[in-house]
Amino acid sequence: MNALEIRELYKSFKTGFIPRKKEILKGISLSVKKGNIYGYLGPNGAGKTTTIKTILGLIFPDKGEIKIFGKNHLDIKAKQKIGFLPENPYFYDYLTAYEFLNFYARLSNSNRKDNSKKINDLLNLVGLSAHSNLQLRKFSRGMLQRIGIAQALISDPELVILDEPLSGLDPIGRKEIRDVILRLRNEGKTIFFSSHILQDIEMICDQVGIIINGKIISEGRLEDLISEEILYTEVTVSGVAEKELRNFGETVISKGGKILLKIYKQEKIDDIIAFIVSKKGKIHSLIPRTYTLEDIFLGAVKRK
Amino acid sequence: MKVLTIALNTFKEAIRDRILYLILFISIFFIVFSKVLSMMTVGDELKVIKDVGLASISLFGVFMAILIGTNLVYKEIDKRTIYTLLSKPIHRYEFLLGKFLGLNITLLVMIIIMSIVFFGLILLHNSKFEAKFLIAILLIYIELAIITAISILFSSFTTPILSSVFTFSLFLIGHFSKNFKFFIMKTKAPIGKLLIKILYYILPNLEKFNIKTEVVHNLPIKSDFVIYSLVYGIFYALAILFLSALIFHKRDFI
Repeated sequence: MNALEIRELYKSFKTGFIPRKKEILKGISLSVKKGNIYGYLGPNGAGKTTTIKTILGLIFPDKGEIKIFGKNHLDIKAKQKIGFLPENPYFYDYLTAYEFLNFYARLSNSNRKDNSKKINDLLNLVGLSAHSNLQLRKFSRGMLQRIGIAQALISDPELVILDEPLSGLDPIGRKEIRDVILRLRNEGKTIFFSSHILQDIEMICDQVGIIINGKIISEGRLEDLISEEILYTEVTVSGVAEKELRNFGETVISKGGKILLKIYKQEKIDDIIAFIVSKKGKIHSLIPRTYTLEDIFLGAVKRK
Repeated sequence: MKVLTIALNTFKEAIRDRILYLILFISIFFIVFSKVLSMMTVGDELKVIKDVGLASISLFGVFMAILIGTNLVYKEIDKRTIYTLLSKPIHRYEFLLGKFLGLNITLLVMIIIMSIVFFGLILLHNSKFEAKFLIAILLIYIELAIITAISILFSSFTTPILSSVFTFSLFLIGHFSKNFKFFIMKTKAPIGKLLIKILYYILPNLEKFNIKTEVVHNLPIKSDFVIYSLVYGIFYALAILFLSALIFHKRDFI
């Protein structure tokens, strides 16, 4: 059984003074395997947040079906299995970290008795135990994001949905959140998260769905989407005149005596190495570039 | 249980509102000021204290109900705290019910504070406690519950300023709804008559919660009137809440 299954989801909004129908989701279908990290990738305004809000029952689809572990998504039992972190979350800032988690613990039907142990465990997990009595108004952006994740995990959900969990964080904050996500997968949870940043998805996801303009244009396992085939090789050399290299490939930049070349044909690589050695030049780097998620993504955006 | 959790959080949030304290302060000022007014009055000084005191509790209570009622539901939507809340395994009506309960707890605390000042002043004046004032204040409280329900209804689909204006208008209309009976008598066209009749039954009849005159001037209070008012008030508030829940149930939180 899939953790999350979406079939032919349509949603439109009426906006403006004279209502005009605007289609946001145009037939989204996707499935998230249990125990996977699913990266939902798309540019701003593609419909990522709308999809997530529909899954959570915050907005109602015009058409389509959503199943969470086989149950209708509006079923309270289905909701019990979900933990959610919204984009740019605002929380009750007059509560302390502990009170905040306690509030959601009570709403999540969990057993009253072990609430306090669970809250302390979660504060530990997100590295906020030292701040359990601090009001949320005094939290930094990164700390808020972490307490938000703790809030999403309070009911011990099987499916964790995170909307842009890494946006607006500094590099250290991003790494911390990534580590939390990986740890959750190791505990057997399924994670569905959206992002417009490729590296996040490439680094930790098992499955990827790319949404552009309200449509999924590519979906599958990350290994299947990006092939091992070498597209071209980037070579940085110095000590040779730029003119002499034109036969091998195209010059990308030449700066401070160093020249960056893009070489498309594999057999030319050996030639250029031999040539540089004979000219007593220097090879600084030689990097084969494979087909990346970025290529798929940019290609798709351009086609649209 | 979940309703109570939301109610307590709402209470915690409501009592942080500085404007609420400002209104409380002004109301206490007026209650105490009635003593000064009474000293300038020829005749029964106590009547002035009772009259101004009860009127202050009633009027400023309404201001409080409108302030927190229109703000606190809207704020959850505006600040998007409702996203995390509704993603938990709760029903939308539980959220509304929790808000309503929390606001009413807040109003109860405010009413109790105002009443303590009010009774204190009366006791200082003639050291006599009259239980009928409690009944008058209880009816005021039920009226506030209706006002709160109405402000929740409006704030489930519009902004705080608009819902304040709408709620306050309904409060005013509610106190003049007796005049509808006069309209019905005077209107000749049967359709017009019917329309006004429908309006008369739909709009709240808030005069049912006003026994200030009877209490202040020692007129008899019929117990069946009080019971009828209580039942009417509770059912009216519940009906409005039910309507809000219907609107809320189908709403998209964009």
